[in-house]
Amino acid sequence: MIPGSFAYHRPSSVKEAVSLLGSLGDDARAIAGGHSLIPMMKLRLASPSHLIDLGGVADLKGIREDGKDIVIGAMTTQHEVIGSDLLGKKIAILAETANLIADPQVRYVGTIGGNVANGDPGNDMPAVMMCLNATYHAVGKSGERRIAAREFYQGAYFTALEPGEIVTAIRIPTPAARHGYAYEKLKRKVGDYATAAAAVLLTTSGGKVASCSIGLTNVAETPLWAEEAGKILTGSALDAATVKKAVAAAEAITSPASDGRGPAAYRTKMAGVMLSRALGRAKARAGL
Amino acid sequence: MAKSQVSMTVNGKKVEELVEPRTLLIHFLREQLQLTGPHIGCDTSHCGACTIDLDGKSVKSCTMFTVQANGADIRTIEGMAAADGTLHALQEGFREMHGLQCGFCTPGMIMRAYRLLQENKNPTEDEIRFGISGNLCRCTGYQNIVKAIQYAAAKISGVPFQEAAE
Repeated sequence: MIPGSFAYHRPSSVKEAVSLLGSLGDDARAIAGGHSLIPMMKLRLASPSHLIDLGGVADLKGIREDGKDIVIGAMTTQHEVIGSDLLGKKIAILAETANLIADPQVRYVGTIGGNVANGDPGNDMPAVMMCLNATYHAVGKSGERRIAAREFYQGAYFTALEPGEIVTAIRIPTPAARHGYAYEKLKRKVGDYATAAAAVLLTTSGGKVASCSIGLTNVAETPLWAEEAGKILTGSALDAATVKKAVAAAEAITSPASDGRGPAAYRTKMAGVMLSRALGRAKARAGL
Repeated sequence: MAKSQVSMTVNGKKVEELVEPRTLLIHFLREQLQLTGPHIGCDTSHCGACTIDLDGKSVKSCTMFTVQANGADIRTIEGMAAADGTLHALQEGFREMHGLQCGFCTPGMIMRAYRLLQENKNPTEDEIRFGISGNLCRCTGYQNIVKAIQYAAAKISGVPFQEAAE
């Protein structure tokens, strides 16, 4: 398969990239790792006249601590997320999630910024970012603004990003040193999107859950933050009856499509199963 | 569309060529450089037959534009054997352990395994299976591919290869 023709641009700064996007207009697309966009271009479902490759922008790389946050450059690859000592020590759910995305080759090239910015409900990182209460740095021609992950996703491939804006970094509040976490993903095979998946981050105090945040992947038009389910679990010792109530609350906010991964009712049920498994592992990791 | 100049190192040789921006790396390697070892299997970044090594990464060359590889250091299956024809340990392993039947997936398997062994000299069977999970083989059932990689890991480390009991 051969994509349509385009002009190739390789800016070396965010400023240059944004000014190109602004001046070239609707026919221009930014490309990060390209593992969503290039397949679409090969199928001619996307045929931009201009491709703006972010691969040469050094400022979009790297993982650093900034006060109480960790900031990950948008062009950081999934492979780099998995290999990061800092992330391994502070936010281990990211490597656990990245290892469930696509396959090794795709992870060498696919980026965390592309994964969160693309708006594909099948992508895994968005629900994890909602779970972690991350914020995205977006830069356009009028400067930088910050958008909460929990407010970023508006529909399938439809996000709060304005035309001409790019996500430059992801800012995550560093979780408490002692926390429980898990990302549970049901998929039919390596490389598949989730039938359903759940992300859990919790902290404990005195044998009870002090805080609990839950994200769900691919069971609606957008990733979901299961706020109510998290509230139900807060203050509990994750006993079976409370977990059951929280799982029901999480299932209630899903609205998956029936597709090759199964009928909608099944996928809703699997979201609940993934959540209860993730809670079980997060509980063990938190030492509860 | 105007062509772009690209220069890169392919199997140790400096290459300068003109390409259309839309030329996929796999088409450039196969049709412009006549390196037909990397194969086009699925053409949708699932099967891994087009896998090459690029700047220390295993890359599916059907899902990258040649212009994105400008300046890169690339290795394909053609760059694995020594100049005198001595096979690389992985090639030898695939031959000795019957790691291929039709052979279509083999160049991609070997290039992926090459990077895997660079990052992990002594992988467990599980690590090998996880490491090659982006490469599909429709003949072997993977059993002998895993053995071939274990053979190569042992040979590279200079220890005798012990086939695990079935």
